[in-house]
Amino acid sequence: MQDIEQTIERALAEVSGAQSLPGLDEVRVRYLGRQGVLTEHLKGLGALPVADRPAAGKRINEAKVRLQDAVEARRGELEAAALDARLARDRVDVTLPGRGQRPGGLHPISRTLQRIESFFRGIGYAVEHGPEVEDDWHNFEALNIPPHHPARAMQDTFYFPGGMLLRTHTSNMQIRYMHEVAPPLRMIATGRVYRRDYDVTHSPMFHQVEGLMVGEDVSFAHLKGVLHGFLRAFFEKSDLEVRFRPSYFPFTEPSAEVDIRGESGWLEVLGSGMVHPQVLENCGIDSERYTGFAFGMGVERLAMLRYGVRDLRLFYENDLRFLEQFR
Amino acid sequence: MKFSERWLREWVDPAVDTDGLVAQLTGAGLEVDSAVPAAAALDGVVVAEVKAAEPHPDADRLRVCTVDDGGGELLTVVCGAPNVRAGARYPLARSGTRLPDGKKIRRSKIRGIESNGMLCSPIEIGLGEDADGILELAADAPIGMDLRVHLQLDDTVIDVDLTPNRGDCLGLAGIAREVGVLNRAPVTPPEVKPVEPTIPDVFPIHLEAPIDCPRYIGRIIRGIDPGAPTPVWMRERLRRSGVRSISAVVDVTNYVMLELGQPMHAFDLALLDREIRVRRACTDERLVLLDGTELRLDEGALVIADASRAVALAGIMGGEHSGVGDDTRDVLLECAWFHPRTVAVEARRRGLHTDASHRYERGVSTDLQRLATERATALLVAIAGGSPGPLNEAVDERTVPTPAVIRLRASRIERMIGEPVGETEVVDILERLGMSVQAESDAGNDGTAWTVTAPPFRSDVTIEADLIEELARVRGYDRVPEITPSGRLDVSPLPEGRLSVERVRDRLVERGYQEAITYSFVEPELQSTLFPDARSWPLGNPMSSEMSTMRVSTWPGLLGALRNNVNRQIERVRLFETGLVFFEEDGALRQVERIGGVVMGTVAPQQWGLGAAPADFFDVKADVEALLASGDGLAFAAESHPALQPGQSARVTRDGDPIGWIGGIHPAVVRDWRLPGPVFVFELDLDAVRASATPRHTPVSRYPAVRRDLALVVDEAVSAAAVQACIAQAGLAVLKKFEFFDVYRGEGIDSGRKSLALGLTFQDASRTLGDADVDTCIETIVGRLRDELGADLRG
Repeated sequence: MQDIEQTIERALAEVSGAQSLPGLDEVRVRYLGRQGVLTEHLKGLGALPVADRPAAGKRINEAKVRLQDAVEARRGELEAAALDARLARDRVDVTLPGRGQRPGGLHPISRTLQRIESFFRGIGYAVEHGPEVEDDWHNFEALNIPPHHPARAMQDTFYFPGGMLLRTHTSNMQIRYMHEVAPPLRMIATGRVYRRDYDVTHSPMFHQVEGLMVGEDVSFAHLKGVLHGFLRAFFEKSDLEVRFRPSYFPFTEPSAEVDIRGESGWLEVLGSGMVHPQVLENCGIDSERYTGFAFGMGVERLAMLRYGVRDLRLFYENDLRFLEQFR
Repeated sequence: MKFSERWLREWVDPAVDTDGLVAQLTGAGLEVDSAVPAAAALDGVVVAEVKAAEPHPDADRLRVCTVDDGGGELLTVVCGAPNVRAGARYPLARSGTRLPDGKKIRRSKIRGIESNGMLCSPIEIGLGEDADGILELAADAPIGMDLRVHLQLDDTVIDVDLTPNRGDCLGLAGIAREVGVLNRAPVTPPEVKPVEPTIPDVFPIHLEAPIDCPRYIGRIIRGIDPGAPTPVWMRERLRRSGVRSISAVVDVTNYVMLELGQPMHAFDLALLDREIRVRRACTDERLVLLDGTELRLDEGALVIADASRAVALAGIMGGEHSGVGDDTRDVLLECAWFHPRTVAVEARRRGLHTDASHRYERGVSTDLQRLATERATALLVAIAGGSPGPLNEAVDERTVPTPAVIRLRASRIERMIGEPVGETEVVDILERLGMSVQAESDAGNDGTAWTVTAPPFRSDVTIEADLIEELARVRGYDRVPEITPSGRLDVSPLPEGRLSVERVRDRLVERGYQEAITYSFVEPELQSTLFPDARSWPLGNPMSSEMSTMRVSTWPGLLGALRNNVNRQIERVRLFETGLVFFEEDGALRQVERIGGVVMGTVAPQQWGLGAAPADFFDVKADVEALLASGDGLAFAAESHPALQPGQSARVTRDGDPIGWIGGIHPAVVRDWRLPGPVFVFELDLDAVRASATPRHTPVSRYPAVRRDLALVVDEAVSAAAVQACIAQAGLAVLKKFEFFDVYRGEGIDSGRKSLALGLTFQDASRTLGDADVDTCIETIVGRLRDELGADLRG
């Protein structure tokens, strides 16, 4: 049986010498396959004397198990090596940027509007939009601004031949909304407004948010509560200092400007007031039974304060280097 | 309204400092724009008397003055002013003084004579623009007194930005009244006594338009000294209110206007013909105003006329012909009440805005005219002498507006403000504001109520809400509590069939678009290049030609924004915008909300591992399809558009209705705009984009799906949509999915034809499909494509 020992030693050497899985498999087949060397040895048992057969068979089987274990061990080694090689090959530079489309962004005015709308939606206000080419009645007359009222000089209006005009404020939506919806009502209207003015702080087109709340017991104290709450929320500043200052709008009485305390003093951010009884009556609402408040704010101003924009005109140049700062 | 704080404090002097006063005014709705020192720093300038003024031996224009500056010794000062005279007092800058303009006064020889200081003109000491002569001080100005003290230069000029309802505060009297109310402090106006006439002369006045002018006072003053200087105190007050000193007569009328809020005018009596008529202008009547403007009037205008012609535009400006001049000795003072609307209409029409019209438009008190006339007469006679005639008042009491009588309910106050106001406080505040307040003995269900009569100077107070505002304002808005409203919960519908605009925008943002906002008015030429057939709305009074017509599309603005970025060396642009567009349709204006986009440059930002191919039609089409992904019935039909490149433009429809356009911008436009590459645009009706089908679940089959691919060869003219429609018309229920996965032209395909690779997925809901089932379907499909579209299977 010197023969089997030599065979095993040679086989084991070949197993450990195999450098690839196919090479290892080839060795396995050569020794352990159906026509492999060890199988041939087993077949050769019949030629031995009967008494010797068990011992010889046992040796061959032991050798076979040894060889099988060696093959499996070597397979494990080779597989691990192959995996390591693949991992090494597949290594990536994780610091390279991801591939594909990059998201754009909303205009800072839209972003500001969304924050404002979201606040007022949250406290049950409807969000409305309306026409920008407007008639004199909705933009002026119904709001207590007859043709030669001094307030008309405060806002230079764009007119069309024929008498229509570009709305000078979103207050036209007070009238339109109150014509359609019976109190109690709560709404804001957002959108573009137009005035003939152009410099660092004025643009011929800008954005406003109008607010309106009408009910049986809506008071100036409510106006203060809602607007102070809004400004605190918008600027995310719970100790924001807010000042209500008497002012004048033809369509509110009493009227108030609202200022916030900025780094360099008070800044005007809102106009507001209790809806003038005549405006309610103009919309078919009983001004004895109902009271309400209204407010209007300049979106650009709020956006400038919020995002530190100094020049109003930047909002309309649409320079991507500006816009891309608002992701 | 600009005024001197010291002047105000002569009327009312509360125990608050300047900052406190400013805060009070702003807090009461009289917003203070600025509060600045009344004069520049000035040290070493004193009151001095010229004892003698002799001609300079070596210079014609110079005088050698002997000056007493109170220092004990008389000084010699050389002076070049034409108005220097012995016996008068002037500001003297002693040698060593530095003047506000930085000039230092030194002892120096002027033409051989040593001058010890300088007699100063107003401009030299920072008191106005007048450099014609030195400033003559009052005859009793204390010699040697520091000019700062003498002229009260330690003063603040407060500028109040008044809202249009507060015409009553366009005079110092009104501001003083407010300050008095806010501080509960007494207000002491200067004493005004009627001036006894010394001559009987009266100029006749006829009110021919009594609604526009129910009250007109005229007073003759004869024999004034036309050269009389306006006293320094008055000049200073005028200056601090931003009004230039002109002459004694004009200065007095301006002073009274600033003091009481009542505009006045003075005519040269010698230039008036017989009488004053306050009347409507005649058609084509001419009037040359004081500033030289020549007007051609019509019946819309109210004029002051004499017997032969119009001499002033009522309440706005006097005429040139009848104005007072350097040699006017006899004047007619005018003091009238004009209806705010009359003045506003004409001033607006003429584009005129004067101190007088500003006040009349906002409402001058109806009972101020006598007082103002007496005040002006007294001042003028004191300054320039002259003999006044009787005050001649023409009045039509029927048309003098009467103050409002208003019922005020305590309950309403509480409802409007949100908390009750004590009854004593209500009465006190209103009475201090000049209202007369009468408590109702039986207010019925209203509890307490008052009858309040507004004073004639508060024409803005007409309804109960006005009174409530006065109460809230005077008490201070900061005293009103802040209450968060509570109300019924809003139970409103939740429409799933309509996407929010936010979601629509987000879809584009996620696909790499940046939102833009462009002006709604655009340049007409550019717009008509893109939309030659559109009927746009031009503005009547545009800011500029580039912004003179309303946009009919978002494209002009977006292309402008694109070009701005290209000019700033940005090569990849993806912008979108939502907003109204405006056009005429069937004779009516339509304002429709659209969403539009513009794309130029690579699909994704340049980066490693991706090619740098520019975006083409299909990249942008994918964005449009993504926008419209929440609904069905979407189709794109090849159709031409003047703005778009032929062969790369499509009309977008949903369920057959046109909802927008997509395409490449026409190469001619790209060239004219000097854009570096092809540009693609789209625009859709926002309503259509927001429409969304509510999903409806269908069960997913548990049986395996079978995929078959077909390669078809068709003529170029056969569109993908036609292939898809042809297959759909076969009506095969088991055909679950259909996709084009390749389009090929070139080798192996006849020119004029193309190969389309189709992937077809079949699946049955209730059983496993066999090869034979699928083969039948394929045969049906191939047969239809062959018969209807001439399609061949590619070998």
